[in-house]
Order: sequence, then C-alpha cells, then structure tokens
Amino acid sequence: MKESNASKPVAGSKSTASAKQQPANHSRTVGKLVLLTLAMFGFGFALVPLYDVFCDITGINGKTDNEAAVYESVEIDETRTIMVEFITRTNSGMPWEFKAQTRRVDVHPGEMAEVEFYVRNPSGRDIVAQAIPSVSPGTAALYVNKTECFCFQHQPLKAGAEAVMPMKFYIDPQLPKDITFFTLQYTLYDISEKAQPAVDVAMNNS
Amino acid sequence: MSTSTDTISQPDGSAHDDHHDDHHEHHIPKGITRWLFTTNHKDIGTLYLWFAFIMFLIGGAMAMVIRAELFQPGLQIVEPNFFNQMTTVHGLIMVFGAVMPAFTGLANWLVPMMIGAPDMALPRMNNWSFWILPFAFLILLSSLFMEGGGPAFGWTFYAPLSTTYSGDSTALFVFSVHIMGISSIMGAINVVVTILNMRAPGMTYMKMPLFVWTWLITAFLLIAVMPVLAGAVTMVLTDKFFGTSFFDAAGGGDPVLFQHIFWFFGHPEVYIMILPAFGIISAIVPTFSRKKLFGYASMVYATASIALLSFIVWAHHMFTTGMPVAAEMFFMFATMLISVPTGVKVFNWVATMWRGSLSFEVPMMFAIAFIVLFTIGGLSGLMLAITPADFQYHDTYFVVAHFHYVLVTGAVFSIMAAVYYWLPKWTGRMFDITLAKWHFWCSLVSVNVLFFPMHFVGLAGMPRRIPDYALQFADFNKWISVGGFAFGLSQLIFLVLLIKACRHQGEKVSDQVWDGAEGLEWEIPSPAPYHTFETPPVIK
Repeated sequence: MKESNASKPVAGSKSTASAKQQPANHSRTVGKLVLLTLAMFGFGFALVPLYDVFCDITGINGKTDNEAAVYESVEIDETRTIMVEFITRTNSGMPWEFKAQTRRVDVHPGEMAEVEFYVRNPSGRDIVAQAIPSVSPGTAALYVNKTECFCFQHQPLKAGAEAVMPMKFYIDPQLPKDITFFTLQYTLYDISEKAQPAVDVAMNNS
Repeated sequence: MSTSTDTISQPDGSAHDDHHDDHHEHHIPKGITRWLFTTNHKDIGTLYLWFAFIMFLIGGAMAMVIRAELFQPGLQIVEPNFFNQMTTVHGLIMVFGAVMPAFTGLANWLVPMMIGAPDMALPRMNNWSFWILPFAFLILLSSLFMEGGGPAFGWTFYAPLSTTYSGDSTALFVFSVHIMGISSIMGAINVVVTILNMRAPGMTYMKMPLFVWTWLITAFLLIAVMPVLAGAVTMVLTDKFFGTSFFDAAGGGDPVLFQHIFWFFGHPEVYIMILPAFGIISAIVPTFSRKKLFGYASMVYATASIALLSFIVWAHHMFTTGMPVAAEMFFMFATMLISVPTGVKVFNWVATMWRGSLSFEVPMMFAIAFIVLFTIGGLSGLMLAITPADFQYHDTYFVVAHFHYVLVTGAVFSIMAAVYYWLPKWTGRMFDITLAKWHFWCSLVSVNVLFFPMHFVGLAGMPRRIPDYALQFADFNKWISVGGFAFGLSQLIFLVLLIKACRHQGEKVSDQVWDGAEGLEWEIPSPAPYHTFETPPVIK
C-alpha cells in the first residue's frame, strides 16, 4: 500500500503496470478455458457416435443390426415360441404401397424364418427407398439376427413397378425369457434425391 | 478536488479511490464512441443491462401477442404459424437476450468490485462479447420479416421440426444462436479468468461473496454446455441444407438423438439462469436481516453440487420418448436429488432471516418474493420429475407454469432485486421508492394471476404451444391473459424508474447505501467511480 502513494500522480500507469504483470498468467488460464470450449464442442459431435454405440450395446432405440448375420451352429430352443408381428408404414410424402405379406409368424428361438414384403410404386416417377427397422420393445432388437434383408440396401423401383422383398431372420436363443412377443416395424423413406446417381446405375443395369 | 494531494492511502481504499476518481473523470470519453469502444467493466455492465431490459420488453411484447390470441378460444388475432413464431422467438429472446445478458451485465458491474479488481481480466474481449450480441438478435428478429416467417419450431428446435419442416430462415436462426453462444462463452471465460487471477490479496476462495461464487460456477457451466448447443445447431444446419443425416432416420440418424444433445445443453442451461440469482439473494437477505449469511460454506457446496448434478438429469425432459424403465428411474431419482442442495439454500435464506432485524426495503421485498415463488416453481418441478406423473403433465401448461415460476418469479425477480439493491451504488442516488413499490406490488400480484392458473389448466390437460384451446379452459385463460397484460404494463413503471435513475434524479446516498450492507463494493464511493481498486484493497 505504501507503494501506491508514490504512484499516485500517475494513477493511470498503476493499472497498466498491474495489467502487465498479469498477461502471462491470464493467457494460461484463457488457453485452458479455450481448450475446454473446443473439447466440449467436439464432445457435442462425439455424442453422435457415442449414442449409436450406446444404443448398439443396449438396443434401447430398437434398431436392428445393419449387417447380415451368419446362421451357423445355432441351437433351436423348442421349449419357447415367440410371436413376431410385422408392421409397415411409409414416411409422409412417400407414395409407395408397402405391405407385409406375412402379418405375423411364430418361431422358436434359433429357428430360421422367412417373410416377404410387397411394394408398389404407384407414382409416375422412379423412386429409391430406404427401409428403416424398429423393434418394440427395444431390448428385443439385440436378439433379432437377419441373414438377408431388403433394408440392407436401397430399393429402387420404376414408376408403376412392383416387387416382393424377402427378409430372413432368426431370433437369438439368448432372448430374455420375459419377451414372448415383439413387433418389427419398417418405415419406408423416399431417398431419391440423395441417392439419384446410384439409382441411375441400378436402373440402367436392370 | 486537486489532483496532486498526497493523501495517505487507506487499507479500504475509499478516500484513495475517491481521489483517483476525480483524476480519471476527465478521461471518460463522451458520446456514442464511449459506448462503442469502451473496455470499462462498468460501462459494459450498463450496456448489457440496458440491452437485456430492451430485449425483456421486446420478448414481453411477443408474450402479449400470445396472451391476446389466447384471451378467447378460437383463432382471432394471429395466424397459427405466426403464433408459433411468437412462442419460439419469445422463448429465445427471454433466455438468450434477457436473462443471460442481464446476469452477465451484473457480473461485469459487480464481480471486479466485489473481489477488489480494477476491471475484468480481458477488457477488449469484454467489449466484443457485448457488441456482437445486438447483431445476433438483429438477425433473429429480422428473420420474422422474411418470406415464410421466422423460426416456428419452439425455442427447443426439435428435429425434425427444425430440419425437415422449417423455413429457410432456419439458417438465420442457427447463425444468431452461434453468435449468442460465442458471446456467452467469451463472457464466461472473462469471468473465470477475472475471478481466478484478479482477486485482491487476502481474498481467498472461501471469502468471496456468494454472487462471485455462483457466477464462477455458472461460467464453468456456460463453457461446458454452450459449445454443445453450438454443435446441435450446426447439425441442424447441415441436416437441413447440406444433406447430412444426424437426425434423419432415412439416412441412419435418429431424431431422438437431437433431444439428447439439446437437453445435455438445456438442463445445465436452466441452472445457468438460476445460480447467479442464488448469489444475488444470498447478498440481499443478510443485508436486510442485519446478520451474516447462515451457512456460507454449505451454500458454496450446494451450488457446486447443483451444477454437477445438472449434467446427469437431462433426460427428464424426454420421459415420453420411450426410454427403458431403468433409465427413467435413474433420471427421476437424479432429478429429485437436486432438490436437496436447493432445499439447503432455501433453508439457509430462511435461517438468515430468522431472528434478524428485518427491514423491508424494495430489494428485500423482491428477494422474499423470490424465495417464496421460486420454491413454488421448485415444487412443481419435483412433481414433473415423477416419471409416471410426467406422462400426464408433459407438454401441458403445467410445464409452462413451472418454468415461468422459476424463470420469471425466480431469475427475473432476482435481477430486479439486484438492480434495486445496487442501483444506488451505480448512480449515487436513491431510486424513486414510491415507483419501486408500485412496481413491486403490481408485478407480484399480476405475475401470480398470470402464472398460477396455468397449473390448473395444465393439470386439466391444456397443451402448450397451441393457439386455440377447448372451451372448458376459457375462464382461466381470460384471467391468465389479464394477469399477463397487467404484468407487462407493470414493467413500464420499472422503465420510468430506470430512466429517472439514469438521469441522476433522487437523493444522494452514502457509500454504504444500505445500513447492514457488507462487502467491498460498499466501501467505494457512491456513485462508483469510473475506475475502482486500481490499487488492490487488503482483505483482513
């Protein structure tokens, strides 16, 4: 405090003097905080894959595996029968007719089942569709293994064309005992805009 | 006063600063450039506070449109799409334009004065963090005049409302939120650096006033979650305009993911808007009880635990999205846990008043109203935390009642209490007490007429964000609207009072202003000189 007496006539310089002592100190703190800010910005984006991984492990968002499962040496558990129901819907603005040929199946865990879905494109334009599965209750999604599914690929359909799309799956015998029934829903999305180049190739080849 | 006296400096620095003040007064720049180029924490604090108040009036005007439409059932005044824009922009403005800048303004004014620092640590950045803010809101407000209108998807901008079903003005919304975020992050960094590095000698952490403590923790929350919000709006932008599929199921994304990211920001955000309020109340209640704050240390720990818990409760906003029961249980109990530290705070305020020599000056009246009404808002929050009950309350007016109790009678009342408490220190004059009392009583009565019946219509099932409602809700809505108009008009009393105060009308006040007020800011002269604590005070 004594010191401040001396500096009184040039009071303005006192603050600059103390400000000059600070910068090194400040810039370290600022540096850390900026790093924290950037890290949290990154964390926001990291939540996207983290969420997917979390859902893959727990199955809580009802998504089934996006890759074909291999069916080998699976034991069939004949003591249980699971009823699987199929629901179809199209996203708003998607003109296709989309029906499950098989409304429901009763299968033993481990047993292979095949079901078919019918689609027709009644509109006057070529459309590429993507089917997105959703299982309810979500926890069952982990135990649905598809060896073949139309949802693995884009589905192009010319104007007025129709098709039957097969899906083969089996239920993992590890399925929790309390699940005796689940629903598998497919929603068809119109992805023509995003997939147009791919369509042209597909259409020309067919 | 002459500029060349050699007064012995005093430990509290009051005579000393008085003297400096005169020396410096000559250097205060005049006119508009003073405000454009200022790096002075007091000027910037004033700018923030006026900006927040103007935004409060603009956002309030939008609320008046909403209440006018809802005065009667049926559609009479505005189109549903415009109604949606009003609810959306009202929310955005009140959260990012009114409450947050008001707290930042208070932090600018008070934090350096409370810790004995000459200014904020990064004064130039301080100037930037304020001056980009008006542009953010100019962009947001201008989007309302665009073809197709402004954002109409609610302030929470849930995907796919904001990605698939929104207008082109979404880009403006995204950029304005980016600017608001950058502004708050810069402000928060400034506050943290100031508090960590610029405390006067002897000002240990556990001697800091609670307003400083709560702002330190708030600033860390801001730094932690505003970048996540920036990420969320960026994803909305790229989903809408650049063909990514973060939230689009057709491309492998998940719309529910949006809600997780948004509420990971959103829940800490609500504490960003209330923790500084806790600090303000913890300053005012002891002054007018003429006692030390009861349980200082527990207040600090309670604030810190609320901040930590705020990161693990976000999904209580999403109970109806179909989470597994185990997750719902976790988020329910974690949410309820927050009421424990909050309860500690309310208990401490009441214990501070217990057997104190209470007097009821205007700041104290607002503080007591805060304690009672914030607690009501907290209780309805506990009801909403109960998962099965939330399935009934979700997206009804009960939610609207809850968050308006904690934000209007909570955050906004605390800001008003703070303005009344520190205004005499800022201007050197006592504000017009008669007007202030009118402002208080009109606000208190009308705010309850406005928000309390919302609980009833909410429990009866009236959904929020809808411009029309079933006939059975007509009577209550009429009352709610009447309360709304009255509350809006009451704020004009505040406007008149503030203008009078800024014109330096009123009686001169002493340095301490309120007898019973303690802290460094009450040891400097009134009005607070342009530069304070150029020589750090010594804290005993």
